[in-house]
Amino acid sequence: MSAPVLKLVAQRVGLGLLLLLAVSVLIFTGTQLLPGDVAQAILGQSATPQALENLRRDLGLNDPAYIRYLNWLGGVLTGDLGVALSNGQDIATQLGKRLGNTLFLASVAAVVSVPLSILLGLLAVRYRNRWPDKLISGTTLISISLPEFFIGYLLIYFVAVQLGWFPSVSTVYESMSFGERLAAVALPAATLTLVVLAHMMRMTRAAILNVMQSAYIETAELKGLSQFDIIRKHAFPNAVAPIVNVVMLNLAYLVVGVVVVEVIFVYPGMGQYLVDHVSKRDVPVVQACGLIFAAVYISLNIIADVVAIVANPRLRHPK
Amino acid sequence: MLKLSRIPASAAIGIILTAAFVFAAVFAPWIAPYGEGQIVGSLWQPSSAAHWLGTDNLGRDLLSRMIYGARTTLLIAALATALSFSMGSILGFTAAVVGGWIDQVMSRLVDLLMSIPTLIFALVVLSVLPANTLTLILVMGVLDSTRVYRLARAVAVDINVMDFVEAAKLRGEGRGWIIFREILPNALSPLVAELGLRFIFAVLFLSALSFLGLGVQPPEADWGGMVKENKEGIVFGIPAALIPAAAIALLAISVNLVADWILNRTTDLKGGRGNG
Amino acid sequence: MAKTAREVKDGGLLLDVRDLKIEATIYPPGEDPRQVTIVDGVSLQLKRGKVLGLIGESGAGKSTIGLASMGYGRGGVRITGGEVIVNGRDILKGGIAGLRKLRGREVCYVAQSAAAAFNPAHQLMDQVVEAAVRHGTLTRAEAAKRAVELFKKLGLPNPETIGKRYPHQVSGGQLQRVMTAMALCSDPDLIVFDEPTTALDVTTQIDVLAAIKDAIRDFGVAALYITHDLAVVAQVSDEIMVLRHGKMVEHGETEQIIHHPRQDYTKALVSVRSIVHEEKKPSPEPLLKVDSITAAYGGTAGVKVLKNVSVELHPGQTLAVVGESGSGKSTLARVITGLLPPIEGSVRFAGRTLSRALAQRTKDDLRELQMIYQMADVAMNPRQTVATIIGRPLEFYFGMRGAERDRRVVELLDEIEMGAKFLDRYPAELSGGQKQRVCIARALAAKPKLIICDEVTSALDPLVADGILKLLLNLQKIENVAYLFITHDLATVKAIADSIAVMYRGEVVRYGSKSTVLAPPFDAYTDLLLSSVPAMEIGWLENAIKGRRMQSAGN
Repeated sequence: MSAPVLKLVAQRVGLGLLLLLAVSVLIFTGTQLLPGDVAQAILGQSATPQALENLRRDLGLNDPAYIRYLNWLGGVLTGDLGVALSNGQDIATQLGKRLGNTLFLASVAAVVSVPLSILLGLLAVRYRNRWPDKLISGTTLISISLPEFFIGYLLIYFVAVQLGWFPSVSTVYESMSFGERLAAVALPAATLTLVVLAHMMRMTRAAILNVMQSAYIETAELKGLSQFDIIRKHAFPNAVAPIVNVVMLNLAYLVVGVVVVEVIFVYPGMGQYLVDHVSKRDVPVVQACGLIFAAVYISLNIIADVVAIVANPRLRHPK
Repeated sequence: MLKLSRIPASAAIGIILTAAFVFAAVFAPWIAPYGEGQIVGSLWQPSSAAHWLGTDNLGRDLLSRMIYGARTTLLIAALATALSFSMGSILGFTAAVVGGWIDQVMSRLVDLLMSIPTLIFALVVLSVLPANTLTLILVMGVLDSTRVYRLARAVAVDINVMDFVEAAKLRGEGRGWIIFREILPNALSPLVAELGLRFIFAVLFLSALSFLGLGVQPPEADWGGMVKENKEGIVFGIPAALIPAAAIALLAISVNLVADWILNRTTDLKGGRGNG
Repeated sequence: MAKTAREVKDGGLLLDVRDLKIEATIYPPGEDPRQVTIVDGVSLQLKRGKVLGLIGESGAGKSTIGLASMGYGRGGVRITGGEVIVNGRDILKGGIAGLRKLRGREVCYVAQSAAAAFNPAHQLMDQVVEAAVRHGTLTRAEAAKRAVELFKKLGLPNPETIGKRYPHQVSGGQLQRVMTAMALCSDPDLIVFDEPTTALDVTTQIDVLAAIKDAIRDFGVAALYITHDLAVVAQVSDEIMVLRHGKMVEHGETEQIIHHPRQDYTKALVSVRSIVHEEKKPSPEPLLKVDSITAAYGGTAGVKVLKNVSVELHPGQTLAVVGESGSGKSTLARVITGLLPPIEGSVRFAGRTLSRALAQRTKDDLRELQMIYQMADVAMNPRQTVATIIGRPLEFYFGMRGAERDRRVVELLDEIEMGAKFLDRYPAELSGGQKQRVCIARALAAKPKLIICDEVTSALDPLVADGILKLLLNLQKIENVAYLFITHDLATVKAIADSIAVMYRGEVVRYGSKSTVLAPPFDAYTDLLLSSVPAMEIGWLENAIKGRRMQSAGN
């Protein structure tokens, strides 16, 4: 890798870290919009002023906002996410397991949806403007209109309840084998796949079409190369970056889609943990979850950009 | 001129269904057979002549709840869209035409807001804000305006560098003429199509929030909340929750069909006749 | 070589196209798809080692015919009738396998934009040798050796190492030669050149043209040379076929087409740009005086695009500003109009000094100085009718309303030879030439003293461009308006200018009346520029190359 590419990649990663810092400020400020205060929220309306004051001091609520932010940020950077207000448990330990569960579910969905959507995208290009393409484009329009819970409950209603193939509630616990886990997440993973599939397929199709319509593909065709050689030597090297980009963007989308799907299937992941604590107005948990979701989302976007930089011959071989 | 026979079947279906939903929303109190919170029988009754869609988890008439739900869902989504759209497009146009540091500041801020997934950011903010309809509309409208801003700015920047805009500037035209007579007519069609997409997004987003218990609060009926209310029935083979979910999907598809048609008619910058 | 054996057959006939018919399906937005015929009943024959020039305006079907000789239809275009016989066999009957054996081996292609036609992901050498290696004509090592020889032959710098470079690392003129080398590498019988020099600057064009011509001759390969420029094709072809609207107009020896055209259309093409324009004498007081202008993009610290430029323009006359891309000629227009305030210098116009920036200029300053653009399509708001487009300056500057304005709009439409029936048309409903005429009318509506014309004819077909130039000259007589005419095309300059400024890298290198600028002795750059404009005569290219004193910028 040449120096300018390294520089660009470093710049992009640096920018991503800066963005993450800004996001942490934004999330922190977002949770300061509360009209009352946390102490009141914990102790309720009947609390004595003395008890409120004590709790405020313990929680550091009397410090100015920026001090509280820096304390929080310092904690986050050292792995200390604080304590949940609602039950006093350590957030980091609680999150650890749930993050693992969420990533497992998202990975299963990704492993199915990524190859499938690329394959279908290729099919759509191969049979462009013929019925497979039209069918694929048509389903996209419908699929982006379907809420996650419609797909989820349809699957529960027909596959779990009527057919009884999979459990309707995705309980996982530590002693489960890998196979049992897979069976448990089958329906939520299927839901996620259906949610991102059409979108990813359509974007893949556009990315490949864009490459296939380039003048250099025509040049290859006019050299008398076989279809296979044209795709392998001329289309593929140029299509990789946009396709990776599509995949990364959709994985980021998938991580967010997880929130609703986890609630549908009562899956013990981070999304459900977040939603539960939003209703309980448990600010430290919400901050921690929000930051982690944002970090995953931003990282996937950075990877997409870095791949695009590295794959660009103009940047790899400067003048 | 727009000829009716030129409208493709898919778009016609979209228009008719969308109109039907809007009709239900506007005239809900007149067409709903029962009241919004009126308990009419035992819970989760199957469909019958008296209750076409059966009853819900508290024994209320599901059809009536659906009709009132249309009203809540469409109204909140429409208001949020109106907010996001007016805010996003005005700021986007301003950024494009004025440029300079105003453009820089606004665009970076939007980049920042968009770097957090909308749902996650909404959850963070809703964890501390009071749960009421106004909060919902404001949060949804502000978060979604970032997307409208990006589109409006991009479209306006593209048009702003065209020679006909330069020609108008050389003629000595004021900023008002340039924005409203030169740029806006050319930016309108992509923005109108976007309006449809933003509305769909608002419906889906509101429904997701209500489904998570963070949107419209019971006993008011809205489709996402109705899915939540009736979801326990699914495991017993009672499909009541699927009905509001399907309504959301159907509304989104209908609006999508219309938006898709508008977008297809206007993707070329041919302008002039027949592009309404 | 094997070629000699092949030559014996068919009396040397290489390509025989019979009654070719090519159709395409177009999808107009909002309407039903329909069939259009692009090429209709064209027949042509080409002997080994000969060059046939295909010439015509845009939409004549010339590129389509070229690609049909490889059995290829671009973007949904289908060959629906006729035969294409290459080396004695009908290639349309051999199926895709037969075509693949033909393409890149017997027939090769050189595209208009080599920059787009090369794959950005691979080194040039890999792409140059690919066809020869794939078809088993040569081993990779042999092909690479031949490629280096071809690079040398085509005058590319560093022929040994240029193959290691990527397309974006090489200039446009060089890429075009590399593409020619790529076509020659597999030792084909026929090469299709599809406007190979059109995208290049004039001074680069003739080098590439000379390199292509030498290569064709030395390798004995036959060629179809496609272009819209008759003077260019006359330099390389043995025969010329003139096409229009997908049909053949005339076919003959180059000498006959150039000197004794038979059809009216061919005659018009040959006599294009033969407008005779008497040079006018300067008046005592210039209308426009550009005084020592220095300008830069990105503030005073930016790159200087204009350095100390001074020119004058007299009332009712035409000053042509000539130069290649990057010479600063369009920047000069931006400074005069106030779009780019200069760092130093001043612009005097009609006896007053113009404010440097547009915002400070008076309405009269703006009115008296109008502008016409190269791309008429984007110079008019697609959502306004012709009546609004021409009527707006009348409203804006003179406060004309209603019937009075409409009457004046019709008068202006008559002046540009279009008439009242165009009032309600939108720009998309006009042809290229009509669009430019409406832009002229819009400028005239302001009753200006000066119109800046920025490459106004360069996007148009030659005959249409000719019409626009004639109209402009005519209007100058009637309205006594002055033109600042920016162009890269010296033929246009000769046709309309009273005085000329030659620009090179931001400076005026030669300036004066037309007769003095175009008379020797020349400075090196003007000489290069003048010698690079193809003349409609056979053998011009050889003389031009021989007589040059300066290397072109693209080398």
